[in-house]
Amino acid sequence: MDRQVSHFREELEALQGRLLEMGGLAEERVRTAVEALVARDPALMNAVLAGDEPINQLHIEVDNRCFRLLALHQPMATDLRAVVAVVKINTDLERVGDLAVNIVEAAQRYVQHPPVKQLIDIPRMGEIAQAMLRDALDAFVKRDTALAHLVLGEDDRLDKLKTEVFRELLAYMLRDQSTVEPALDLILISRHLERIGDHATNIAEDVIFMVSALDVRHPSAGTGTG
Amino acid sequence: MSSAARPPLASLGHLAARRSDTPEAPEGTPKIDVESMSFYYGDKRALHDISVRIRPNVVTAFIGPSGCGKSTFLRSLNRMNDIIQGTRVEGRIRIDNVDIYKPGLDVVQLRRRVGMVFQKSNPFPKSIFENIAYGLRINGMAGSSSELAGRVEESLKQAALWDEVKDRLHESALAMSGGQQQRLCIARALAVRPDILLMDEPASALDPIATQRIEELIYDLKKTYTIVIVTHNMQQAARVSDHTAFFWLGRLVEFDRTEKIFTAPAEKLTEDYVTGRFG
Repeated sequence: MDRQVSHFREELEALQGRLLEMGGLAEERVRTAVEALVARDPALMNAVLAGDEPINQLHIEVDNRCFRLLALHQPMATDLRAVVAVVKINTDLERVGDLAVNIVEAAQRYVQHPPVKQLIDIPRMGEIAQAMLRDALDAFVKRDTALAHLVLGEDDRLDKLKTEVFRELLAYMLRDQSTVEPALDLILISRHLERIGDHATNIAEDVIFMVSALDVRHPSAGTGTG
Repeated sequence: MSSAARPPLASLGHLAARRSDTPEAPEGTPKIDVESMSFYYGDKRALHDISVRIRPNVVTAFIGPSGCGKSTFLRSLNRMNDIIQGTRVEGRIRIDNVDIYKPGLDVVQLRRRVGMVFQKSNPFPKSIFENIAYGLRINGMAGSSSELAGRVEESLKQAALWDEVKDRLHESALAMSGGQQQRLCIARALAVRPDILLMDEPASALDPIATQRIEELIYDLKKTYTIVIVTHNMQQAARVSDHTAFFWLGRLVEFDRTEKIFTAPAEKLTEDYVTGRFG
């Protein structure tokens, strides 16, 4: 039994390592996407567009590893919750990678026009979203539910900033019709960043579930396993 | 694993006094009500202050490492331990509110109501029919020969064996496969119409297909019977039982809905056991 258990632990640790690698890539892509927008840098944009493949490959690899662990080891209790959490976090991270591509696609359209305004809130949103991702993954590694709860709190800030960006850009669009197209792209980008925050929130919720078996996703729908 | 250090016994102190009745529904009385039960082999205390309520028409699984007391506990529910010299029970076990250790209780009658199936199938070296009919005869439940045949058929059907053996009822039971022999033993236990069926590792000697048949049978039987099963196979406990009790070093560590025990147990010891952190 001992050998079998340590074999399982090794596999689980390797799985978590791959997931964190994926998290690092996703975070990096968000950072580069926002940087490319601010700098209006086509080379950086192309780098994001061309760089989706490693995340996609990890997405499949992590899923396969989870599938294998479930089939061959039939984990229970905390181990079962860990593997289930990884399956879910994996999907969130892959979506974050896709959203970085969406940001760059909007940015490519945006830079065809003169700047609508100086970008302040969107880079701020980018920083918050990245920090949320980083903290959620840190919480995962450290099994730290307090940190995971902090991530949940950050999501409100991101939502507020998105609303502010929308209001501000609406004012620009009403004043000057020529800003409609680029302003809409900025609104889309803020929406993508807000979605990245939602994925970080999902990850934080999965960490809480993994550590304490509590389901905090929909408070009105009951709590937790059993 | 080296990290699987066992906690000192003192840390189990909080378990002793607690009444483990978590899975009990608010309504209804328990089928089996065990209160502060301890069990001794001579001077050696094998079970410590066990309190548990087992509900009717559910499957309750006892899990735990070898020597944890789960089989001893199971066997105390129909006083099978009485046949071992020097054993002693403290506390109370009630079935349908009757103390089964009270003086003067008819133990034969108790064992008719609380049937038992063992790890190793043990058919009599007689025909399939006689294996079932024997218990009915000695319990005075045989009646006319057509009544007897009817009861044999009913039992074999309940044990999901009838279709396989109806054309060879008078052949030797020993010619059957291991899985069939075990189902015959279940049929034999059911023939005397018990309320409760105790099963001690009923599938551990069987291949996966025969095991699956036994598990399906357990699922069907709980509609009629209260079933208590001891198993080393945690996946089996997870598959077949509604409630699970985890025993360790003669103590009941945790008793809860099976889903809870295997996804989010409350006690660290249970967690360590079901995740294989100590073996």
